[in-house]
Amino acid sequence: MTHTIRLPTILRVHAGGEATVSARGGTVGEAFADLGKRYPGLVRQLLDPDGSVPVFVNVFLNDEDIRYLQGLNTPISAPSEIILLPSVAGG
Amino acid sequence: MLTFRDLLIRAKAQIKEVMPADVEPRLGDPDLLLLDVREHEEYEQGAIPGAHLIPRGLLESSVAMQVPDPNTEIVVYCAGGARSALAALSLQQLGYRNVVSMDGGFGLWKAEGRPWSEPVTLSADQKMRYSRHTILPEVGEEGQAKLLSSRVLLVGAGGLGSPAALYLAAAGVGTLGVVDFDVVDASNLQRQILHNMDRLGHPKVESARETLTALNPDVKVEPYGQRLSAQNVLEVMSGYDLVVDGGDNFPTRYLVNDASLHLRVPVVHGAIFRFEGQTSVFYPYQGPCYRCLFPQPPPPELAPSCAEAGVLGVLPGIIGSIEAMEAIKILLGIGEPLVGKLLTYDALTQDFRTLKLRRNPDCPACADESRPPAIVEYDQYCMPAGSVSRTV
Repeated sequence: MTHTIRLPTILRVHAGGEATVSARGGTVGEAFADLGKRYPGLVRQLLDPDGSVPVFVNVFLNDEDIRYLQGLNTPISAPSEIILLPSVAGG
Repeated sequence: MLTFRDLLIRAKAQIKEVMPADVEPRLGDPDLLLLDVREHEEYEQGAIPGAHLIPRGLLESSVAMQVPDPNTEIVVYCAGGARSALAALSLQQLGYRNVVSMDGGFGLWKAEGRPWSEPVTLSADQKMRYSRHTILPEVGEEGQAKLLSSRVLLVGAGGLGSPAALYLAAAGVGTLGVVDFDVVDASNLQRQILHNMDRLGHPKVESARETLTALNPDVKVEPYGQRLSAQNVLEVMSGYDLVVDGGDNFPTRYLVNDASLHLRVPVVHGAIFRFEGQTSVFYPYQGPCYRCLFPQPPPPELAPSCAEAGVLGVLPGIIGSIEAMEAIKILLGIGEPLVGKLLTYDALTQDFRTLKLRRNPDCPACADESRPPAIVEYDQYCMPAGSVSRTV
């Protein structure tokens, strides 16, 4: 099952400049693990060394924040969109 | 030939009528349109609260624009129930399916001691200036008067604050507070459209005041040429109906969030970076707060400022305009503000998305309404300092 991962501008440099990348997996965590095979630098930016999601990284599965689902263990039952929401402060 | 009485009897035979006692319990019901078909002069001397005025003479020509849904539940009233009966028949003939006339009209309503008020009326100049607003049933003269008596604080007179302030001033929001400690620099002018070449080196709040009052003399600008700090934030923000956040750094955003929770003032949030924008409404205790969404700021290397990373000038124009729209919706109580939702925008792909935001039950800032966060000066890490007992 292939999912689309939307990257914020700040992370695109770690994915060859792409705005979206694809990843496979039955959970959000599996999709990130798959992503790490092709873009290890991206996943190093995204996850803590212990593999957890840092508190300042916001991950949405479709339009839902995975913090309020099951975090990285959130199952994905259909091809989905994973959005990495940057926290930006510019004005 | 028919007399007026004949005509009225015929009309009344073809419509439904209700009495004031049937209508009063429905006051404030957003699904019911109370349509006053008297003349302006009669309306100004007293009307049923929340009524929308379309004088009888303009009814057929303008009702479709103002009431587009033929299923709208409409109670028509006039002074005594005659004009409203004819108006109700006319509305039925136009295709409105759910129209009744209030028998006895405003005269009986008032005589029975039911609530009424003198609508706040606009001056002749204001009627002209705001005519495109007042013709909207969602705004009307009453809504426009509400905007004129509203107070909005703009945090920042920069990229986001510029379009937001211009549109709020143009819309006739009566008092606009503007907080910004900075002076106008040439590098601002690619996006900060409140300012211009003549104002280089001038305080941004003064430049904002000149621009906004030149656009609309109805607007009073209250300038705060200072940096928001733990010492002044509660004093500056108190007394405003809402805050439009157009700040450019994390510490100020967390500070504004904390103060909004103390004062229970909604914050219309906007933030931009290069080609991406985000906007939401943080309505204290009715939805998530800024810290529910972003418990901590990212490390500085992941969040460069616009000065470091750049921003396309039109982007704050779009996001700041959405902030102005959200502010006006909240002030008027119309539509669905972005409470519990984050609208994201990618200018390069012209992609808008709406993400669901949830209130964090363990949020250190807003979980306990009786204990808002302590107001402290934040460093770049913006860590919460605990909560205090509510005093305001």
